[in-house]
Amino acid sequence: MKIKPLQIIAHIILILGVLLMVVPIWISFASSSHDSVTILTEGMKFHIGDQLARNYNEVLNEKGGWSEEVTAAKMFINSFIMALGIATLKVVISAMSAYALVYYRFKLAVPIFWLIFITLLVPLEVRIFPSYKIVSDLGLTNSYTGLILPLVASATATFFFRQFYKTIPDELLESAKLDGANAWSFFIDFLVPLSKTMIAAMFIFMFVYGYSQYLWPLIMTTAEEYWTVVMGMKIIYTESYEGVALPRTAERFAYIILSMIPPVLVVVFLQKWFIKGLIQTEK
Amino acid sequence: MSFLDLKNVTKIYPNGTKAVHETSLSIDEGEFMVFVGPSGCGKSTLLRMVAGLEDITEGDINLDGKLINEVDPSERDVAMVFQNYALYPHMNVYNNLAYGLKNRGIDKETIEQKVNDAAKLLQISDYLQRKPSMLSGGQRQRVAMGRAIVRNPKIFLFDEPLSNLDAKLRIQMRLEIKKLQQKVGVTSIFVTHDQVEAMTLADRLAVINNGIIEQLGTPIEIYDNPKSLFVAGFIGSPQMNFLDGNLKNKILSAEGFEIKDINTDFEGEVTLGIRPEHLSQTENGLINLNVDLVEQLGSDNLVYGQLKNKKDFCYRCPGNQTIEKGSNLSLNIENNKYYIFDKSTGKRVN
Repeated sequence: MKIKPLQIIAHIILILGVLLMVVPIWISFASSSHDSVTILTEGMKFHIGDQLARNYNEVLNEKGGWSEEVTAAKMFINSFIMALGIATLKVVISAMSAYALVYYRFKLAVPIFWLIFITLLVPLEVRIFPSYKIVSDLGLTNSYTGLILPLVASATATFFFRQFYKTIPDELLESAKLDGANAWSFFIDFLVPLSKTMIAAMFIFMFVYGYSQYLWPLIMTTAEEYWTVVMGMKIIYTESYEGVALPRTAERFAYIILSMIPPVLVVVFLQKWFIKGLIQTEK
Repeated sequence: MSFLDLKNVTKIYPNGTKAVHETSLSIDEGEFMVFVGPSGCGKSTLLRMVAGLEDITEGDINLDGKLINEVDPSERDVAMVFQNYALYPHMNVYNNLAYGLKNRGIDKETIEQKVNDAAKLLQISDYLQRKPSMLSGGQRQRVAMGRAIVRNPKIFLFDEPLSNLDAKLRIQMRLEIKKLQQKVGVTSIFVTHDQVEAMTLADRLAVINNGIIEQLGTPIEIYDNPKSLFVAGFIGSPQMNFLDGNLKNKILSAEGFEIKDINTDFEGEVTLGIRPEHLSQTENGLINLNVDLVEQLGSDNLVYGQLKNKKDFCYRCPGNQTIEKGSNLSLNIENNKYYIFDKSTGKRVN
């Protein structure tokens, strides 16, 4: 087989890209397997050390925070619940609102769609005080509902579902009507199965989005039992700085590596559908 | 009252387009009715109004003695075969057929039996587990019909179901549809723009133009006795030849020849219509044709040429006659089979 120069260049670029993404993760992982003292004295590591099990065990089970009650494991669970809730509700609400926008041709459908679309310009960070005020007035601070609810509306997903539904031929709806399908059964029996790849893709996007939320949980939660992983990264080992103890660098790396696992798992399990959903529509 | 009754049905779209004008039509039980007309003539709109997919602006539609204007499509007990079949892409053939039955709350064993019976009738039993994307055009067509049959509806509606098939398959499916309809005996309405399809399938034919039924009758009635210029031109292949002429004192002066003793009192500008198959070669005939082109179809020859005044003209003769390009033919009209239309209104006058 002849290899063209262009292919070699293309592969070099791709390999560089892969290295750019993988090397930092590898350094974090390698460093997480050493003693903190080693890292502080010798810098970050490229090879695996002998403290792997100890560091990870400590990170997962040590109680931290001001009250010394919250563990990393608990924070993982919190983050998972929050991301799952956000992703699920976002997908459900977006799919249903897109259904309403496309199939119920009411007069204000287009203005309403643009109104939804404009919310892209107003992310949570911009409206964080009003949002906090509302959630706190509803008494939802320090609850999963409070963590999830303000983040479930999604213009992006609504837009994608709307575009997809518009490509579904009208005859399908008419045929279903003649077959006795009502509005609800058309949605469940037709649109949902037809858009399942898109649902998977949206779910991944939204899961990662929910998982990586930082500011909202930080403001929303005062009780440590609702802390999330991303917050914890900042907070959980802070006390180390203030005492006489050494910064616990190795444990932090371990924590970072652990925090990456859930989104990676979601992507790995759904990636086949995810790619399908982005590049083709199954019709 | 007949089985399906349309009374002064009118359709005006919100943008003001009038698609169907006060159309009245009765269809008997078990009858195979074909709506034929050029695209945009309102034939599909009329069908969709019967199905309930379009609102009726004015008029009444009665099905089996019941006014169905406001009845939901799912409650009308009609089944429709769409042009692109509209099969459910994510369901296998079995579920495509069973879906309508499931929605009617029929129990599983009955559904299975009905689906299997319909599949057998249409010879699709082997494909029941396949998805529509794995089927050929003809198989999809059968599934679409199966979906209609399985529900045992009061009326079948076909919206140009053959237009996506290749020529050979179209003829085969045409035959199958006709046979099937005769076997099942369900009242059917079939919409098409193909006049051959219309002629072969129909018990009765409605030729529609600009939202109006121009003529209603059996295919042969319409072929033999077109009531208007439009119907004459639309039905028959190759198309009828039209010549300008003038009618006075029962004498028609066309371009280059005269016909006497015409059975009408009409006087004025007319259009003379002669079918290519109603001509024969003779000495000193009425019409002189300069041959430009001969299409040999085997059984027939289609001879295209020009009259003295450069008017295009077509003559159809048996395939065993040899006709040279560039030759001059002298033709007569057989058995006085010509049609005369009022030029201004298009109405038949003889």
